[in-house]
Amino acid sequence: MKNTALDTKRGRFDPGRFNYILVPLAAGAAALFVGGLVLLALGANPIEAYIGMAQGAFGSPNAIADSLVKAVPLLLVGVGICIAYRGGMINIGGEGQIVMGALATTAVVLAFPFLPGLVLIPLALVAGLVGGGFWGGIAGFLKARFKVNEVLSTVMLNAIAVQFMTFLLNGALMDPSSVDNTIRIPQTLRFPPWADLPRLVPTRLHFGVLLAIFAAVVVYFLLWRTSVGYRIRAVGFNMVASKYAGIPVNRYQILAITLSGALAGMAGAVEVLGVSHRLFTDGSATGFTGSAGFNGIVAALFGGLHPLGVIPASFLFGALLTGANSLQRTVQVPGAFVTTLDGLVVIFVVASQIWAKRRATQRVLAETTPRPATPTAVTPDVTP
Amino acid sequence: MLEQLLAPAVIIGVLASGIQLATPYLYASIGEMFSQVSGVLNLGLEGVMLVAAFAAYYITWTTGNYYYALAIATLVGGLMGLLTAFISVTLKAEQGISGIGIYLFGLGLSDLLFLVMVGTPKAIDGVPRLEIPGLSDLPVLGPVLFSQNLLVYGAFACVPLAWFILNKTTLGLKIRAVGQTPEAADSLGISVSQVRYITVTLAGAMAGIAGASLSIALLNIFQQNLTSGLGFIAVALVYFGGWRPFRIMAGALLFSMVNALQLWIQTLGIGLPSDIAGMLPYVLTIVALIFAARQIVTQPTALTKPFERGE
Repeated sequence: MKNTALDTKRGRFDPGRFNYILVPLAAGAAALFVGGLVLLALGANPIEAYIGMAQGAFGSPNAIADSLVKAVPLLLVGVGICIAYRGGMINIGGEGQIVMGALATTAVVLAFPFLPGLVLIPLALVAGLVGGGFWGGIAGFLKARFKVNEVLSTVMLNAIAVQFMTFLLNGALMDPSSVDNTIRIPQTLRFPPWADLPRLVPTRLHFGVLLAIFAAVVVYFLLWRTSVGYRIRAVGFNMVASKYAGIPVNRYQILAITLSGALAGMAGAVEVLGVSHRLFTDGSATGFTGSAGFNGIVAALFGGLHPLGVIPASFLFGALLTGANSLQRTVQVPGAFVTTLDGLVVIFVVASQIWAKRRATQRVLAETTPRPATPTAVTPDVTP
Repeated sequence: MLEQLLAPAVIIGVLASGIQLATPYLYASIGEMFSQVSGVLNLGLEGVMLVAAFAAYYITWTTGNYYYALAIATLVGGLMGLLTAFISVTLKAEQGISGIGIYLFGLGLSDLLFLVMVGTPKAIDGVPRLEIPGLSDLPVLGPVLFSQNLLVYGAFACVPLAWFILNKTTLGLKIRAVGQTPEAADSLGISVSQVRYITVTLAGAMAGIAGASLSIALLNIFQQNLTSGLGFIAVALVYFGGWRPFRIMAGALLFSMVNALQLWIQTLGIGLPSDIAGMLPYVLTIVALIFAARQIVTQPTALTKPFERGE
């Protein structure tokens, strides 16, 4: 029952299945409406605020580039969430996996700064994949071996990763010039310029956008065109049946969340290499990630937990985040409003699944069960 | 180092602040226990706690009336609990993910309201201590057990009360039935939805008190992400406690003692870097969850499963 609507048979977008697009859009609109009420309560004009946000997100080539850049980690994390979810795992650990990925990338760049960019960048990206995958894999292992609920373990792993990063940034990884200073800033040295991800056009838009879209397509193929992907989905769809069919359930669940973590780790890698060019923290839990680990879940949900659906969804959310930066300026509402709006979107999208499911069930029933009016339906048909 | 930690003043300090720190865990976990035993994983506690913590803080800051603050925090928590119930029970949403929605909503809203209505963190006078006459003068036990604030006493009173409700009343029986075999409960005329609405709303209200106990009786301040994972740990404690009130209390005490110890280590400036010490509670949660999963007690069968009436 759980997956009927989410598990489209071949994962293709069937144009007839409008619910997958209409229901989330309606949910998004409802979230914006309630968000508008919050703005009204704060004494701001919601229409003015939303227009300001749209301008902030799409008003200029730079704004559009920023929206795309903001979408990159969401897309990577979101695609990872799809893998985990299809394998029956809920990965709340994106935050920690981003951090661990970024840490691994940073360690590689700082250890081998002399390597040419063509070698260093791929190496650093792989390090990010490994770092995030390792962190996700822990949650998978804990679930498979000790039956530890992955929702809880990933939440804890998030906190541990952030503490670990803060610890390293205040010590081993700290910018050497800052160590001697009286004001110690918890950040690393700026990476060598040849470790920067190439820019696509003269804006902040970097190569990571293509990488993220590519990752989404690869994951789509992995899940729906390979036997590994088939097994991951089988495990998520019906664990007991998969077990009887001889699929090593534990192994595939670990694999699903490890891949999920690896993609989040890659998001961390892309952020340090393409945007900040150094690892930093402001001490708060989401200082470095900008909540991308959570927002990626939102994007994944909004995209119907389908890797290709996450592409437009994350661009929408990237725009939302970029637009939010202008809230303070246009209507004097703090940027924290976006987190509120995020929460509302998650709530509305998850809550609206019931309608997507109900429609889908009705559709399946209508297609498969014969109408009671037809007399042939009464006698069981036994012809082969 | 060990000598420093074993000094009587430090031990009393750790015990006293440990008991105090257990307060928010206790309220939140006991409430969550009811929700989980009835079959609903209420992951949004953290968000509820944050909003309620802000509400209590704001009212204390403006009026100075703790009772008023506590009542509003409970009400706010209860309303958010009702919303959670509507989402998980009526709309049958995926509980893990909708909980994150509630968390983000609460995280954002509490921060937003704080920035708009207060601005910068301002300390308030917390709920005063209530010295129990006679007993509070006892050596060691006095400062540890009998000179805490009212919310602390309340939290510990909740434990036997919860045990009684769960095991000795009809409502408790219904709650357990609905969480184990909702189909059977339904066929006996128990309204699964009604029972779950009650427990999830109760969990919200208690998370509200937990939030208030943090902002007006423990830290006496509000800032962004005041709870920093406490609500999630409270959810984990319910697993650790095997859905039994007294075990949950033991877990909460263990946690708060470790936390208190960690804070003392930081204040005493003993070798361990504060960021590493800060990891302790979370690492301990994972270890606790590993042990919890080995218990003979099994989790409520219908946990996280929305009830679909077969027709």
